[in-house]
Amino acid sequence: MIDSKDLDPNFKYEVAAEMGGESNITRCFSCGTCTAGCPVREIDDKYNPRKIIRMVLLGMRDRVLKSDFIWLCSSCYTCYDRCPQNVHLTDIMTALKNIAAREGYIHPAFREQNRLVSAFGRLYEVEDFDNKKREKLGLPAVKKTFKDVIELTKKNASVGESP
Amino acid sequence: MKYALFLGCTIPVRAQHYEMAAREVAKKIGIEFVDIKNFSCCGFPVKSTDMETSLKIAARNLAIAAVEGYTICTLCNACTSVLTEANQILNKNKELRTKIDKDLKKFDLEFQPGLEIKHFSRILYEDVGVDKIREKIVRELTPLKFSVHYGCHYLRPTELYDCFDDAESPSSVENLVAVTGATVLDYKNKLDCCGGAILGVEEDIALAMAKQKLDHITAGQVDALVTICPFCTIMYEDNQKKIESKFNATYNLPVLYYPQVLGLALGLDPKQLGFRLNKVKAKELLEKMEVVQ
Repeated sequence: MIDSKDLDPNFKYEVAAEMGGESNITRCFSCGTCTAGCPVREIDDKYNPRKIIRMVLLGMRDRVLKSDFIWLCSSCYTCYDRCPQNVHLTDIMTALKNIAAREGYIHPAFREQNRLVSAFGRLYEVEDFDNKKREKLGLPAVKKTFKDVIELTKKNASVGESP
Repeated sequence: MKYALFLGCTIPVRAQHYEMAAREVAKKIGIEFVDIKNFSCCGFPVKSTDMETSLKIAARNLAIAAVEGYTICTLCNACTSVLTEANQILNKNKELRTKIDKDLKKFDLEFQPGLEIKHFSRILYEDVGVDKIREKIVRELTPLKFSVHYGCHYLRPTELYDCFDDAESPSSVENLVAVTGATVLDYKNKLDCCGGAILGVEEDIALAMAKQKLDHITAGQVDALVTICPFCTIMYEDNQKKIESKFNATYNLPVLYYPQVLGLALGLDPKQLGFRLNKVKAKELLEKMEVVQ
């Protein structure tokens, strides 16, 4: 059941503004090309890009931002490339996840990725063992931490406390 | 031909064989890689939750590259995508660039327009060219059959990559494989995603996505799958055993990085190309070629 009292008619503009207004989200006429070609949807129908766009256009802000499904986009850009209305679906999914994260709804997998990048400036911690292995393979050593990246991600590191 | 080699996070610690092969192939082809120690994570891992921070990290790398002035050569599709996108956004959006430059200035860096970012496979295809590569082939891989997985961010979104290949019917990497003398086999749903980006979000869905691809690829009796992205390889090779036990299937499908395949054809030793780091051993394939590992 959708109750019009729960809808936020400005949500679509909020999403569009998130990415500099190039999402073309209001052009969507629900043809379903996105869902038809989606490799995630082929495996599990709880991810359905057409439905997510519809929910955004209807203003179902809370249900979208608190959902698990927005984290399931594999960002393959198939829908983005095929959309006849040039709706930038993959960017819209990124915008939704960005807004959700700011409001404290963040998937644990991404919280961990943020922690690593904020701690090292890399997605993996490089240990002495790794550089020794690289040396044996004839590869140059790589830097372990990047102070300036740690500095740049300071704001991001705080993102993701559960509400 | 000089390029700044961008390794990213995954390759230096989890796909050293890709890096070894790329470096060896580059030497043979006449490409010089400049190592820039200060290249960090590309920014992709934080894009989902904080686009602006992702742009800052990407811009930092681009600014560092601009000091040297060489085109960036990437090996990972995700790095290619995020760096290219950031480059385009910051070239177009002056307001955002000013904002990001403010942060970069603390480290004496500034975004510079005009830099190019290219995946190593695209460099081989566009800047070197299939004909030039053909001249260097000393060991024809005629007995071998391969299928290719491009990986989404190599081709899409089309507008990001100047339409250098047809995203709905690509042929560039197949041409690069075919020049070695090997046969390239097409397969069902070739362009479908490996699932790598959601492995940490919902493993069941991600593994099912990779499983479906492995089913389609192995229907063709190929000697190996050829990839150009470490994330895709993690799905098809590192997770192959897990997929086999979860779905009660047997694949035993070697997964090679393209430079490993090209390296063989260029006469390089499998040791130099990191074959012993491949988790699914390519022993039979090397025996067919009568090369000892």
